[in-house]
Amino acid sequence: MHDIMAAVEPLIPALRRYARALLRDRSAADDLVHDCLERTIARWHQRRAGGDARTWVFAILHNLAMNRLRQAARRGSHVALDDAADAATARPPSQEAGLRYAELLRAVDRLPDDQRSVLLLISVEELSYADAARVLGVPIGTVMSRLSRARERLHQLIDGELPAAVPIRLRSVT
Amino acid sequence: MTSRPITEQDLQGYVDGALDPPRRAEVDDYLQRHPDVARRVAAYAQQRDELRAALAPIADEPIPAELDLARLIEARRMPRRSAAWRVALAAAALVLFALGGLAGWSLRGPSSISGPAPGPTAGIAALAQEATDSYRVFAPDHLHPVELREPGELVTWVSERLRLQRAVSVPDLSGAGYRFMGGRIVATAHGPAGLLMYDDDRGTRMVVLIRPMAIERDTAMTPHTSGAVRGYTWAARGIGYSVVATAAADTLHPLADEVRRQIEATAG
Repeated sequence: MHDIMAAVEPLIPALRRYARALLRDRSAADDLVHDCLERTIARWHQRRAGGDARTWVFAILHNLAMNRLRQAARRGSHVALDDAADAATARPPSQEAGLRYAELLRAVDRLPDDQRSVLLLISVEELSYADAARVLGVPIGTVMSRLSRARERLHQLIDGELPAAVPIRLRSVT
Repeated sequence: MTSRPITEQDLQGYVDGALDPPRRAEVDDYLQRHPDVARRVAAYAQQRDELRAALAPIADEPIPAELDLARLIEARRMPRRSAAWRVALAAAALVLFALGGLAGWSLRGPSSISGPAPGPTAGIAALAQEATDSYRVFAPDHLHPVELREPGELVTWVSERLRLQRAVSVPDLSGAGYRFMGGRIVATAHGPAGLLMYDDDRGTRMVVLIRPMAIERDTAMTPHTSGAVRGYTWAARGIGYSVVATAAADTLHPLADEVRRQIEATAG
């Protein structure tokens, strides 16, 4: 069991960050990480030898998070975004930066789940495109197109005057 | 120069520092000649930095005790270590409570869960108190510890009296050495509650009580003790659960986790 401690324990801060960024609720996110760790322990022996533990554990967490978000959607429950933004930026470096971060996180919340998760895995958790594809169980091309759409939509939400419901079309870059 | 055309994928790779140096140089060159694209890429990069900064404090927080990996591994190993564990388990009784409604006063007992009397009157602290009190009443009863023994009948009764939106299930704890005995409706300050009782080969009893929550409808699992009686109480999706036992925390906690896991799996 020494190998699981060495491989998984250093990941816990990042797992908490990813879960909270997705669920935007501290106790729900930690509950999710708890479930993730229990599954990680239970299935540790099934892990492919030589496989990357971080990708494997993030995939467990991601699948649990998507299930939770689908359940929440079915029940029609909503996280209070303002509260959640405050909680997520508990220690802003300055008030001005804190306000901007809160605005940014609210904009991230408006992204579809599949775009949001790609954006967080790559921008914040610094997974490679290939690792993100493994976590999400999709081809790398899908990761790239979701990432492009997520960044462009976020750009519009933050810096542009985008009507909320209008779908974005990427500008072509040729 | 016969370089490949710049793609949207290259621009993302540029933002993430994922390009090899020659390709990066080509994108640099392209951005010099296309200031509108350069502005967009700069906005993406700023977005990335700010998102990382906004979420960074979460990763700096101290890890909560319930996410202590060493403890979780130990807790999981314990049910398999039979001798010492079974002795401890024999001393254990587990109470899982779900009680209904929210009224003005709470049952008083000799126990104290969150401080001196008067006890808590609402939320999962009240639930923990009610679970402990019910355990003390029904676990020692050797004439009529339960009213119904058939799980299906009990589930119907409890679901109807508690007006639950979804069916309660009877957790199967046979893997931990506990057999389902039956259950009953019990009275609490917050209305009717469903009580499930288990015992092991030595007759050690364990009770499970369930009720809807008016407040604190979704909470983490919270430990509590009252004399020799220990419990774990939590709420999920509007229903509260309390697991109480005369057992060590490292024995009872995995059992409570197992109850929660089965209930969540059924509710899923």
